Amino acid sequence: MHIPDGFLSAPVAVATGVVAVAAIAVAVKETNKKMGEKQVPMMGVLAAFIFAAQMLNFPVVGGTSGHFVGAALAAVLLGPWATVLILSSVLVVQSLVFQDGGLLALGANITNMGLIAGFGSYYIYKGIDMLFKNGRTGTLVGAGVGAWFSVVLASLACAVELSLSGTSPWVIAISAMGGVHMLIGVGEGLITVAVLSLIMATRADLLKLQIA
Amino acid sequence: MKSKWWIIGLCIALLLAVISPIASQFPDGLDRFAEDNNFVDKAVEPAFSMIPDYSFPGIASEATATIIAGVLGTLILFGLVFGLASLLKTKNEA
Repeated sequence: MHIPDGFLSAPVAVATGVVAVAAIAVAVKETNKKMGEKQVPMMGVLAAFIFAAQMLNFPVVGGTSGHFVGAALAAVLLGPWATVLILSSVLVVQSLVFQDGGLLALGANITNMGLIAGFGSYYIYKGIDMLFKNGRTGTLVGAGVGAWFSVVLASLACAVELSLSGTSPWVIAISAMGGVHMLIGVGEGLITVAVLSLIMATRADLLKLQIA
Repeated sequence: MKSKWWIIGLCIALLLAVISPIASQFPDGLDRFAEDNNFVDKAVEPAFSMIPDYSFPGIASEATATIIAGVLGTLILFGLVFGLASLLKTKNEA
C-alpha cells in the first residue's frame, strides 16, 4: 500500500507530511518517558520483522497480492506511539533505500500505515480485550480484529488521499481500495495472531512491554 | 533457551528475508487499483535509486539479489531502530 510519487497532489502531500512530522515528534516525546531495558531490543526486532514480513506478498484474489503492515502487532506489543516510530523508520528506509513508496508521499504513507493503522488497531484491540474475562483470548481476538481494521482503515485513508488529489474518483477509490483490503486484512489478522500466539507460548512476559 | 529472546526474534526476521523470493509477484492492492483505473503511469521515477524493487543491483540471480536486499534491509532496520530506542532510553535516564 506504498504510495509512489506522482499519485498525490502537492496540498495532500504537504498536509500529510505535516501530520506525519507532528506524529513523530509526539511519538518521540511519549516513548521517551517509558523506554526501558527490554523495550529497546523489542523496538529493533519489531522493525526488522516488519520490514522482512512486508516483503512477503501473499496472493489474495484476481491476480492481486497483499502484504503484512505490522502496525497492529507493534501496537499490541508496544503501544501506538512506539508503533508510529517503528513504522516511520520502516517506511523511511523502504523509500530511501529500496525506492518503495515515494519520498514526497512519505508523509501520507506514514499517516496511513503508521498513525492510522497503529492507533486504529490499538483502540479496537483495547476495546475488545476489555470484553473478555480470559486475558489471552481477549488479546488474540482483539489483536486479530484490530489488525483487520488497521489495513482497511489505512486503505480508506489512502483512497481519500487519492481522491482529494484528483487521481481517482471518490466512489471508485473507496470501494475498490476498501474492498480488496478487506481481504488483505484477513491475512494481516492471521499473521498478527500467529506471532502473538508464538510469543504467548514461549515468552509471555514480552506481552507486557507497552510504553505508549 | 539460553540465547537472548531478541536474537531469536532477529533470526526469524532474517529467515523471512531469506525466503522472500517466494513472495507473490502480483501487484498489491494499491498497484492493482492504479492499473485497473489507468493512473499507474502517473507514478514518477524516483530521483535516485539505491536498491530498487528489493533487488540488489549487479547480481545475475534474481533470487540471490532479493535475498541480499532483504537481509540488508532487515539488518539496517534492526540497527536503526535499536539505536533510536537506545537514544530515547538514555535521554529518559538523564
